[in-house]
This record gives sequence, structure tokens and C-alpha cells, in this order.
Amino acid sequence: MFEKYPKEHRYTLAMLQDLQKEYGYIPKEKLLELSQYLDIPLSKLYSMATFYKALSLKPKGRYIIKVCDGTACHIRSSKSLLDEIENSLGIKPGETTKDGKFSLEVVNCLGSCAIAPVMVINDRYYGKLTSSKVREILREYGGAGDE
Amino acid sequence: MNRTVYVCCGTGCLANNSLDVYRELKRLIEEHEVDADVKTIVKATGCNGLCEKGPLVKIEPDNICYSKVKASDVKEIVEKTLINGQIVNRLLIFDTAQGKKVISHKDTDFYKSQQKIALRNIGEIDPANIDDYIERGGYEALSKVLFQMTPEGVISEIEKSGLRGRGGGGFPTGRKWRQCCNVNYFPKYVICNGDEGDPGAFMDRSILEGDPNTVIEGMIICAYSIKSHRGFIYIRDEYSLALKNMDCALRQARERGYLGKNIMNSGFDFDIEIVRGGGAFVCGESTALMQSIEGNVGEPRAKYIHSVEKGLWGQPTVLNNVETWANVPEIIMKGSDWFSSIGTENSKGTKVFSLVGKVKNTGLVEIPMGTTLRELVFKIGGGIIGDKKFKAVQSGGPSGGCIPESLMDLPVDFDTLKNIGSMMGSGGMIVMDERTCMVDVARYYLNFLSEESCGKCVACREGIKRMLEILTDICNGKGSEEDLDLLESLCHTVEEASLCGLGKTAPNPVLTTLKYFKDEYYAHIRDKRCPAGVCPELTEYEIDEKLCISCGLCAKNCPASAIWGEKGKPYYINTESCVKCGNCLDSCKFNAVGVKKGARL
Repeated sequence: MFEKYPKEHRYTLAMLQDLQKEYGYIPKEKLLELSQYLDIPLSKLYSMATFYKALSLKPKGRYIIKVCDGTACHIRSSKSLLDEIENSLGIKPGETTKDGKFSLEVVNCLGSCAIAPVMVINDRYYGKLTSSKVREILREYGGAGDE
Repeated sequence: MNRTVYVCCGTGCLANNSLDVYRELKRLIEEHEVDADVKTIVKATGCNGLCEKGPLVKIEPDNICYSKVKASDVKEIVEKTLINGQIVNRLLIFDTAQGKKVISHKDTDFYKSQQKIALRNIGEIDPANIDDYIERGGYEALSKVLFQMTPEGVISEIEKSGLRGRGGGGFPTGRKWRQCCNVNYFPKYVICNGDEGDPGAFMDRSILEGDPNTVIEGMIICAYSIKSHRGFIYIRDEYSLALKNMDCALRQARERGYLGKNIMNSGFDFDIEIVRGGGAFVCGESTALMQSIEGNVGEPRAKYIHSVEKGLWGQPTVLNNVETWANVPEIIMKGSDWFSSIGTENSKGTKVFSLVGKVKNTGLVEIPMGTTLRELVFKIGGGIIGDKKFKAVQSGGPSGGCIPESLMDLPVDFDTLKNIGSMMGSGGMIVMDERTCMVDVARYYLNFLSEESCGKCVACREGIKRMLEILTDICNGKGSEEDLDLLESLCHTVEEASLCGLGKTAPNPVLTTLKYFKDEYYAHIRDKRCPAGVCPELTEYEIDEKLCISCGLCAKNCPASAIWGEKGKPYYINTESCVKCGNCLDSCKFNAVGVKKGARL
């Protein structure tokens, strides 16, 4: 999957992003492969993978819940949405449920401030949320642990 | 009559299922063989404060705008409006200022106070169709530049217009181009900074989504004036729709000969490539962004090396923000005199703000520079939600400050905002009411910045962390008065010693809240009480027995089932199980729920 890019240093981030998209995280073997392909030290790729928020070295769940904590969401109590998700799923931000179904992330502004507070599950946006709406939405996804 | 139906498909409306509405409209119009084209159109999310009322459906030339349209409403719209020319009253927008329903969103006070330059096409065109852009005068400026103007003429026109960078710094755009032009050193690069990371700002996203061609045109004009042949647009990876629309626009522009070799048969070559950001706030800083394009970790460098001389790959580079680029074609078409007649002495033209937070009409507004903050918040924004008491407006994102009520009559421009300790920033305007704790806001921004600090320089990496610790202590009721002096002295060190703008401006939220809202800090430290009822450790809610009518709404909204009561008697809160979310306070319609006055700890 690296072939579509020329062997140029400047495509490193793009390739890492493609890996992230394909696997949901960046597997160690692939990082090694990329380091050989581009002839870049592994340590350099590691520093990029840990610097950019879009990249992760740990596997993520099938559904990635991003709770926005941008300023507009923050002052419209995004914290209470987060509490609700933490309680319902039993995970904290940065964690994944044991069944590998949900990952929880807190992000800084999704640019949807007009419909704050906002959360995104995979690519689906949910706006103007309250903790009870969050509970309902999680129920639609079947909650955690019953697969 | 040939009608066009515009369905808003910006991120905000999409969140409210506008795509279903679009599909249903297409299906039913085909079924009824109605004489109308259905077009999808991306409007600035919340451009008219209506994004929260989305999905929006506009019908032209009737000039009707329907809000909160569901797929199930489409049948009625098709049968009544499209076939019989009647208006569906229940779907019209309610204008809070006039207290009545209006047929077009353009009749609202919110819309009428605006002047659109950068947003001129948004909501009016289909961004996926270059013809829509051309029909509204698109690429005429490019043609004028290529065939009637010299590079020198272009630069002096932009200089004369007084346009300043819209990304935050406010550096004169024309001067930047001139400096880059004067360097005799090739190749040169042109970059568009679309790594909009300020929490609470989304104007760049709207322009990239809603009118990508204007950004492209602006960049080509600059490239011609500095003799560059290659450009980059750096867009946040989170902005998937913006990426998609920009990609499509670049492709179409290339097909039509506006990009690539021999543009419009003028002999000038220029092409643009998209670079996806990696989700790092610091990459919005110009030198960090260039590092990121080169395929490195995005760390800024010292500013004494100017990017116009040594930028991307060490070559002369002009980098401007999305909104700046969007202004360029209009300035070329209408002239620098026209542009400089708008605005104040040192800040010309208009500025797009994302007016969000506790304000009635949230959304993107484009106003002439020099409009007062009061006008922005109370006239255009319609005042505070639930008519609560206004407390502050925060501008400039994590680099800006909180502006109190007493300064609301000041005009909005680059210099005024800077003088009062805030800054223009990219244009986020976050309105805060009495339920916002200013200590928590300062803590919030420091938390954001400590996560986003790249770690290259000590002042920013360590200084912000220590400041955050102090503020967290204060929010938890463990602060002392000496902390405030330490906090202030740390602020000045970080300001002085940091390498880039992120660190240099990081103390602004703290300094402005200390300056204008010191009483709140004292309440947290001396009385161990959070007056806004936000900091959980220092908050206890209570129900006023005299005001409670035992409607039970608070109990219904309590996620922890901590509120009890029975009909006819006042409700009460069990403080042991209360999670301090504040739902009860916000939901009570009779002001019966309040924050306990006495000290908690």
C-alpha cells in the first residue's frame, strides 16, 4: 500500500495516515516496513506516530466515540456527556472496551460549535446532546459487552 | 417556473440528517415530475445561526427558507410549495429579534447586519460544481490578473487594500507578498493554512467546504505575483468534507485549465496539492506547518528566520490563512479603494467570526471591522440563551483573552483587541454567561495548551504545566492567595521565553481572567466556592423552597437520580449522590435551583 506514493520523505505523514485508516492503528510490523521503504530510522517514525493525534500505536475499537471538548462544547457541559459514556461503557478517555467494540476519545473542537455539545461515532455526528440522549444513542449501538 | 432547491449539506446539517432530506426531495421531485432541479449545496455550518435549526432547505427564486426539515416533511414541501406555490408555515424560521416567523433567512436581523466578502458565495453555490462559482464571477479576477496586470501591479493593489492576515497575527498580506517577491531565489512556494485548530472556530472549515474555488483562485493570483509554480493546501484531517470538496475543486479547476500548465493560455504554470494534517494544534503555526508538509514532526522554529525568505524546504514561501485567500479575488475585482473603505483605520475589510457558546443565534457572521462587541453579541447574536446574565466573550482561542461587559462597546479590530489583552485570532467568539466559571475557563485553555505544546522549548512545555497545576488546585479548593502572584509571574516568563506564538500567547486567558475577574479567583480561594456552580469540588446546589412549584423537571433531568420530591411539596437534592452536572439548575424554569452561598469545604 506504500507503492502509490513516491519514495519521498514528505509523504511520511500521508502513509502513516493511510496505515491508520486501514488498520485502525499502526501495527509495529508496518512501521518497520515503512521505515525500510522510505529508508528512515524507526525512531523517527515512532516520534511522528506519537506526535500526531490522528495516529495511534494501540488498536482501537470498532466504534470510535469522539467527545468534543472544544470551548463551545466545554461551556455547554461536554463533561456531563463524558461522565455518562464513562459510566455506561466503563472506560475512560483513551481506553477501549474489553470486547473491542468502543473506544473513547476526547478531542479539541470538531468545528461544529453551533450544535454544541457534540460527539462523533465513527463518521456520524450527534449534536445538541444531553446525558440522556447519549444514553439512548449508546443503547442504539447495543451498548458494550453483549456481542 | 424553474426552481432550484438548495439543501444545506454542511457538517452541521448533515448531523441532522440533511442527506436523507436531499435524497427524498430528489425521489419525490422525479416522481411528481416537478420542474425543479434539486441541488445539494454546502452552506457554512450555522451561517445564519440556523445550523442548530438544520437541515435547511432553500427554494429559489421564491426566496423561501425552511428549517428543521425532516425527510417526512419533504412530501408536503413538494406538494404545497413546488407544485402549488404555497408556503408551509410550520417550517419557516422564527426570528427572535422580530418575534415572528420570516419567509427568508435573509429577513432576519442576524443576516441583515452582515457584510459578506469572504463568505460571499457560501450557501449560494454548489461547491462540487465549478460552474456555479464561475457563474458568480469566479476566475474573472484571475483572468484580469493574468492578462491585464503585472505582478508588481497585483502586489501593490493588495498592499493598498490594507488586507491583513486573517489567521490571527494580522500581518499585512501585501507586505508579505512583496518581501517574498523581492527574494531572488527559486523555486518559491505558496501555502494555504487550513489547519484550523482553535477550539470554537470553524470559519475556515466553512470556506473550504462551501467555496473551495475562491481559495484556489486567491492562491493562483499570489503565485503569479511572486512567480511561484507550486502550492500546498494544508487541511486538518478531521475536516473530511472540506478535504473532499477541495479535492474535487482542484480536479475541476485543472480540467478547465485554471490550474496546471499554461493557465488560461497565459503561459503561466501553477498547481496545488493537498496535504492532510495529523491532528496537532501547533501545526497551525506557520513554521510548524511547513515542517509537517516536509514530512517531519511539526515543531516551530525561531521567528527571526522569515518564511518569505526561507520557508518550505528552505525556499521563499508565502503562507496565508484560508479566509485571507478568500478575500483576494474580491479585492482584485472591486479594487483596493473599495476594500479599504470598509473597516477601521488600521484594520480594513470584514472579518468572519464564529459566534458560539451561550448566545441565541450561533453561527458564522461576517461583519465590517470596527463593529462593536455589543452589536455582535446582542444584536446579531440576539443576546444570551434563556436571557441569563452575560459575563464575558472570549476571542482568539487559546491565545486570546476573556473580555468583560465593561469593554463591550469597543470596536472589533486587530489593535483594539490586542490592547485589552486578547487578540483577534482566527475569529472564534465564545460568549459566556453567569453559568461559566472564569477560573475553569482559564484552566481549560491551559489544559488544552499543555496537551498541544510540542515540547521543544522549556518555557512553554514546563511553564504551562506548572500554571495548569496551580489552576487545578484553585478549582479543587486547594489554592492560596500567594498562588495568584506565582501564577502571574509564571505568565510573564512563559510570555517572554517561549519560542513560538503558541507559548508566547498561552498566558493570555490567565492574565485576562486575573485582570477582569479576580473576584472569582478570590471566591475559589477564600470562600472555597465556585460562584458559577461549575467546579464540582466547590459547588453544592440547593432548591429554594419558596420558588419550587414541584414540577419535577429537575428530577427528570437528573442523571444521578439525586433529586427527590412529591407533588405539592418542594423538591430537595441529595448532595451525597449529586454528580454536580448542573442539569437541574439549567432546566429549572422558575429559578428555584441555585448554587449554595456558603463555603463548601
